[in-house]
Amino acid sequence: MKSIEQLLQQHPFFHGLPATDRQLISGCGENCVYSSGEYIARENTPADFFFVIREGRVAVETYMPSHGALCLQTLHDGDIFGWSWLFPPYRWTFDARALEKVRAIRLDGKCLRQKCEEDPRLGFELMKRFAKIVAERLQATRLQLLDVYSTERPPPAEVR
Amino acid sequence: MVPDIYRIASRTEEFPGTCTLGITPHSGGRAGNFSAGQFNMLYAFGAGEVAISMSGSAQDGTYIHTIRSQGLATQALHRLREGEFLGVRGPFGSGWPMEQVAGRHLLIVAGGLGMAPLRPVIYSLLEGKTQPSSAQLFYGARRPQEMLYTGELQRWQQALKVVTTVDHAETEWPGQIGVITKPLGAATLDAENTVVFLCGPEVMMRFCIQVLLGKGVSADAIYLSMERNMKCAIGHCGHCQWGPNFICKDGPVFRYGDIRAWFDIRAL
Repeated sequence: MKSIEQLLQQHPFFHGLPATDRQLISGCGENCVYSSGEYIARENTPADFFFVIREGRVAVETYMPSHGALCLQTLHDGDIFGWSWLFPPYRWTFDARALEKVRAIRLDGKCLRQKCEEDPRLGFELMKRFAKIVAERLQATRLQLLDVYSTERPPPAEVR
Repeated sequence: MVPDIYRIASRTEEFPGTCTLGITPHSGGRAGNFSAGQFNMLYAFGAGEVAISMSGSAQDGTYIHTIRSQGLATQALHRLREGEFLGVRGPFGSGWPMEQVAGRHLLIVAGGLGMAPLRPVIYSLLEGKTQPSSAQLFYGARRPQEMLYTGELQRWQQALKVVTTVDHAETEWPGQIGVITKPLGAATLDAENTVVFLCGPEVMMRFCIQVLLGKGVSADAIYLSMERNMKCAIGHCGHCQWGPNFICKDGPVFRYGDIRAWFDIRAL
């Protein structure tokens, strides 16, 4: 069985990190398994962790009154989930629910936050990597908003 | 330039507003041969003519066309039922460069109705006529209910790895939820040995090209099918002129490396 550090070393998110950083981060991690339907995160509850999904499908959802849970996107093997641990007030902004059996590495963001405060180089390195993920998700959300497959388009802006 | 009369032999409603017609010559016999990626001009009598891609197998002797009811001509075509007639001119245009595929990794990227012109490529793989070293299909749509040819996806998995993603769905949907650029970005590629066939709304193709170039795929290894207002289909009328090219005659399939200067000009 591979150690957390070996698993992290194989993941693209951690590529290029010095071994000492990887050891430190893996010290904050543990393997966990979620059953189908189980919530991994609930909106507006403390966000003290982030996750590396090793296997399985996770739905990022929000609750719509008179509708129920609305899935915004699904995450899959290899995806990183959770950045709310990085920014105050450290609370999840969405629900995350396992759609099937999910194996993940759960990393203690609260513990890492403290280590990043003490070691700004590590903090900046992690921030850069999370910023890339945030930017990619923002780009995807914008594309989703464009509704590119729809035949209906807003009227062209009036030229004055 | 004079249309031949064809009869609708089969009609399948893919989802509301979009149907697939199988058409055969009214005079009898088989429909003519074509290359994957080419198109026909379909004429709904009294309504107008419109360019529609081939979306069947070249071996069937029938032309298969998937049509979304949008303008006057396509609305009239969508209203046609089995046994009724339409006019056909074609096939026209350049096809997908199938000769580029042998021994390379083939990445097929389809968005929405862009799946239709790519289906003949998949049939070619299934029929063993084209033999890439491996093949993957990334197929994105708005919702699961708006995906084309869902009954065939399982069979296609014999020939290629299929990844489906929709922008919106309930969690019962077994594929991915999110935009197509995400699974495309996560794909493991041998960029130097990959050829890409891409078709979908232009904005979707633009974002997919960004992802593909970012993964190291050469602009000369990306082929895309363009859509413009085609009228004569033989490069005379100029309606579909695009830079120095006529989409109907020089395309609709272009190599991105050849047309990127035009592709990036807004409102062209």
